Amino acid sequence: MGFSMLTINNIEVVYDKVILVLKGVSLNVAKGTITTLLGANGAGKTTTLKAISGVLRTERGEVTKGSIQLGDRRIDGMRPFDVTYLGIAQVFEGRRVFEHLTTEENLIAGGHVLREKGTVREGIERVYAYFPRLKERRNQQSGYLSGGEQQMLAIGRALMSRPTVMLLDEPSLGLAPMLVEEIFGIVHKLVADEKLSVLLVEQNAAMALEVAEHGYVMENGRIVLEGSAASLRENSDIREFYLGLNEVGSRKSYRDVKHYKRRKRWLS
Amino acid sequence: MMIDELSFAFSLVVSGLSIGLMYSLIALGFVLVYKATDAINFAQGEFVMLAGFVAAGVAAVEGMPILAAIIAAVAVMVLFSFALERVVLRPLLGRPIVAVIMATIGLGAILRGLPPLTVGGQTQSLSLPIGDEPFVIGPAVLPPIQVVGVIVSLLFLGAFTWFFLKSRMGVAMRAVADNQQVAMAMGINVQRYFALAWAMAGIVSALGGVIWGSMLGVDTHLALVGLKVFPVVILGGLDSIVGAVIGGLIVGVVESIAAGYLDPFVGGGTKDFAPYVLMIVMLMFKPYGLFGQRRIERV
Repeated sequence: MGFSMLTINNIEVVYDKVILVLKGVSLNVAKGTITTLLGANGAGKTTTLKAISGVLRTERGEVTKGSIQLGDRRIDGMRPFDVTYLGIAQVFEGRRVFEHLTTEENLIAGGHVLREKGTVREGIERVYAYFPRLKERRNQQSGYLSGGEQQMLAIGRALMSRPTVMLLDEPSLGLAPMLVEEIFGIVHKLVADEKLSVLLVEQNAAMALEVAEHGYVMENGRIVLEGSAASLRENSDIREFYLGLNEVGSRKSYRDVKHYKRRKRWLS
Repeated sequence: MMIDELSFAFSLVVSGLSIGLMYSLIALGFVLVYKATDAINFAQGEFVMLAGFVAAGVAAVEGMPILAAIIAAVAVMVLFSFALERVVLRPLLGRPIVAVIMATIGLGAILRGLPPLTVGGQTQSLSLPIGDEPFVIGPAVLPPIQVVGVIVSLLFLGAFTWFFLKSRMGVAMRAVADNQQVAMAMGINVQRYFALAWAMAGIVSALGGVIWGSMLGVDTHLALVGLKVFPVVILGGLDSIVGAVIGGLIVGVVESIAAGYLDPFVGGGTKDFAPYVLMIVMLMFKPYGLFGQRRIERV
């Protein structure tokens, strides 16, 4: 594993001062790679991302233990807009474009941290180069874009701040498989071209393990499994519970009633 | 006879339009705050009144140029709005919207009570050095203060429209209005933009206070101008600058025509009544107003 760009060290997150959501999570995102964080609904994946970007504080959440570092700079407890200035961009689950703004205005807002107007312009052109479809829709109100276009816009908007780390929350949510392929292809290209480090939260484990180098599996606020994407793909528990394959590798059939009797081998 | 009728109607419309634009200016303060911060400011009229008192107070000092009074009003209102946002409204962030509404209603009551306590209840005059030569457009005659009001309103409405549509800060402010959490993640200091919105509301209140104050005289009744803000913003849409302009024009014309034609029969008061009838009808048929944003539901 290369130089760790983003390091999370044993953090605990508490909501409303009482609800313990993350119970000691540690993970690394190596520079210029995609690291994926897998897990079921409510496992704490999105909370982990929000802890990193700092927006947790707007939801009465707080990192109470441990530390989060960007390079060797500690960022836990910082305000979200300061975190953005340091080079972390978050792409929210469900796209969350600024619906009443046009495509291009969304990008301008995304480039808020840039000082000069010229660099904003450059940034917009760069995003259009990656996502030509956004250029066609530049003056359209973004609330009326299709789901795939909105996801592209959300990623493009995050790119505008010229981040070193991108937190990508369920980019495949609600999109057709072909679009998912297209978007992951572009993310892969971004990592290669822009030396971006990506922390990818996904439910679509098959897709995530295909593009990622390293992966973590989360359950009930804890990391229960970690390894290279290749080794995770081969792990029999992952195959069973996240990829929906049986031991031979063929797709599982619901006729096979015994499947729910199998227990996961890790403790959660 | 016919000609007289027409010219009477024409002058009512012209006077209504000019008054309407001045309503727009005040409604703009309300719209800016609602758009950026989701807060409904029921004390907008009292802001205007406060600005009027500040301007009149400074202008009353011997040898003080009127420009100093205007600058003082703007400065005080900006500082006042900043302080209000910081002290009263920020702690209410994330609370139900009713909390903010009640806070501003209470604030309005306090502000209305202040002048009688401090400077007394009598009407103070505030006169701008613009002469008394009325401005004539065909059969319509406008007092000079209304002409000034129209010019100032158009100037600021234009400036704010440019700000929101073309400047990066304006786009950021609209982003804040759209989704605060995401805006924050884009590196936008949301609270700073809240303060900016309030400051802008302070500026338009100050200008409104000077203009309305010199037209009606400065006393606590000046706060009643704020009552016209609600029909204006409901008609135009709570979060639309264009809506504030159009809504203001409509309310101005409607009340002017209502007053011109109905007052002789009912003995007055239709001016304050007609805009609210219009508002209720609007709420029944188009609750977002003419230009208000509706929630986008994609299926």
